[in-house]
Amino acid sequence: MTIGLSAGIAAIVGLPILGFLLAPLFRAPPDELVPVGAVNDFPVGETKLVSVRDPSPLAWAGQTADTALWVRRREANGPAMFQVFNVNCTHLGCPVNWQAEAKIFLCPCHGGVFYSDGTVAGGPPPRPLFEREWSVQGDRLLVRQQALPTVKRG
Amino acid sequence: MSWLRALRAITARVAMWPRATGTWLGERFELEDSLMAVLRHPVPRELERPIGWWYVFGSATLAIFVLQVVTGVGLAMTYVPAPNSAYDSLQFISHDATLGSVVRGMHFFGAAAMVVLVLIHMTQVYLFGAFKFPREANWLTGSLLLLATLAMAFTGQLLRWDQDAFWSIVVAAEQAARAPVIGNWLASLVVAGANVGGATLTRFYATHVFLIPAAVFGLIGLHLYLVIKRGISEPPVPGVVIDRPTYRGRYEAMLRRGIPFWPDAAWRDAVIAALAVLAVAILAAIFGAPELGKPPDPTNVIADPRPDWYFLGYFAILALIPPATESIVIVGLPLFAFIFLFLVPLLWPDGERHWSRRPAAIAAVALPLIAYASLTVAGIESPWVPKLEGGGVPVAVTQGLPDAPLRGANLFGSKSCFACHAIAGAGGRRAPDLTHIGSRLNRDQLTSRIATGGGGMPAYAGSLTPSELEDLVAFLLVRR
Repeated sequence: MTIGLSAGIAAIVGLPILGFLLAPLFRAPPDELVPVGAVNDFPVGETKLVSVRDPSPLAWAGQTADTALWVRRREANGPAMFQVFNVNCTHLGCPVNWQAEAKIFLCPCHGGVFYSDGTVAGGPPPRPLFEREWSVQGDRLLVRQQALPTVKRG
Repeated sequence: MSWLRALRAITARVAMWPRATGTWLGERFELEDSLMAVLRHPVPRELERPIGWWYVFGSATLAIFVLQVVTGVGLAMTYVPAPNSAYDSLQFISHDATLGSVVRGMHFFGAAAMVVLVLIHMTQVYLFGAFKFPREANWLTGSLLLLATLAMAFTGQLLRWDQDAFWSIVVAAEQAARAPVIGNWLASLVVAGANVGGATLTRFYATHVFLIPAAVFGLIGLHLYLVIKRGISEPPVPGVVIDRPTYRGRYEAMLRRGIPFWPDAAWRDAVIAALAVLAVAILAAIFGAPELGKPPDPTNVIADPRPDWYFLGYFAILALIPPATESIVIVGLPLFAFIFLFLVPLLWPDGERHWSRRPAAIAAVALPLIAYASLTVAGIESPWVPKLEGGGVPVAVTQGLPDAPLRGANLFGSKSCFACHAIAGAGGRRAPDLTHIGSRLNRDQLTSRIATGGGGMPAYAGSLTPSELEDLVAFLLVRR
């Protein structure tokens, strides 16, 4: 009886606490389209760093509500106009650097290298840079929000 | 001279106060039965001899843990665990708060001291065979405490909330994601959501300040309880093996002619614990708190996150192993290490205790130690990291070069060849040194290597014009 009662009480108070702690697992991942700039800001053939802000950040998030992305303008128009890459190296997530002259992305952590189209040029990364879905509405470039990409999420 | 006699009587009374107070407290709080009985528990007589100096590292670790609690509480009085303020509050602690730099410095050096002392303590226990019957549970609780110590060290580094800390969390989440089946859940739990953001820091803060310390307090209690109940192990003697049916009787007989821990053995613990705390305090007074990196900014991609020195070896592994084995190593290696640690007392509870009769045990300490030390050196040097900043080819190399090779030398800098290849001592060390490449490869070989890449080298056919490629090859050909 004593044990049953204690277990019952523990479950009654424990479940809400557990639910509160595990909530991040059940929240739907973000997938809104957010603007990153005017299409004309991106000259054809260039790759630029942009930052997008979480549309509904926590009030105390500060700078961490921002995310950086590499935007590559491939063509003037059409479905192959842009490529939008996450800055995270596909190896372990460090931010890759675009070397405009050499046209490669370099990762500072373990030396991963990617070509301008995101494919692996060398080093430990197991797959190409993660790409974001994008769309052009009017003269704005929009990019879909996404959870921290991992090799598993793909 | 009656006043003199009166004075003497009063001094005598006053001089008795400490003892009288002690007796009163002891009686009223029943300390004789509890605290003093524990402190005076008998330990083997051999600990009187110099070998007793090997038995002090547990106490020293405990002393540093107390220091970590005290300095940690101090820091928590000012640190603001919110993403938009944490960095500024730490800068305030480090630069403006009275003695803030010293307190944070003690917490920083104390963390390293904890990791080091726990490992020394475990090594001593392992080599002395003290984990064997009947003290297996002491080892198991100790292993959990090691795990907790490493978790504290890691979460503590993230609370710095600078650029390095921010990207370290990203890297931690990416590593967690490699776990089978539950990988992505783990990653979501690590960052408390979809991305490192507003919800992440408070989780790490609560984990570092409440969750793990609560576990540590409980485990230390259990660990000490077992140390007292099972008794301090006697120094091992070669040839004397653990025989389960007779060991306890033999040990009890040994304790009957033992010495009380307090005060006969405890003074050594006190000396080493005091030295450990003093060393941390002196380091903190001289060097102060470690300088923070740049503020955390996800949009600043110039980051080179690396952990504190005691984790650099693990950091190095991730760069050096073949990529195909990576997921196995990231998840499997720590898992294997800890499973092995837990199995130690269960697999080898009997037999010889002395290290001179356990060559495999010596190897089990020495090999990982050497391996980790080399990995740490590799981690400090990080030759695999591309050189993203700094000039190009040294002037001495370009001096007096004809036109084409000179243009090639400039391309060597501007096209990032320099990031991975060194020439005359300048440049990255990720890829082969090209100081004398002209004597190893001819024009055709160089051209095809640069254009098509391979073996970690990107193909540059797309980012060099034919004439640029010719110039670059011309430059490399003069490097003899």
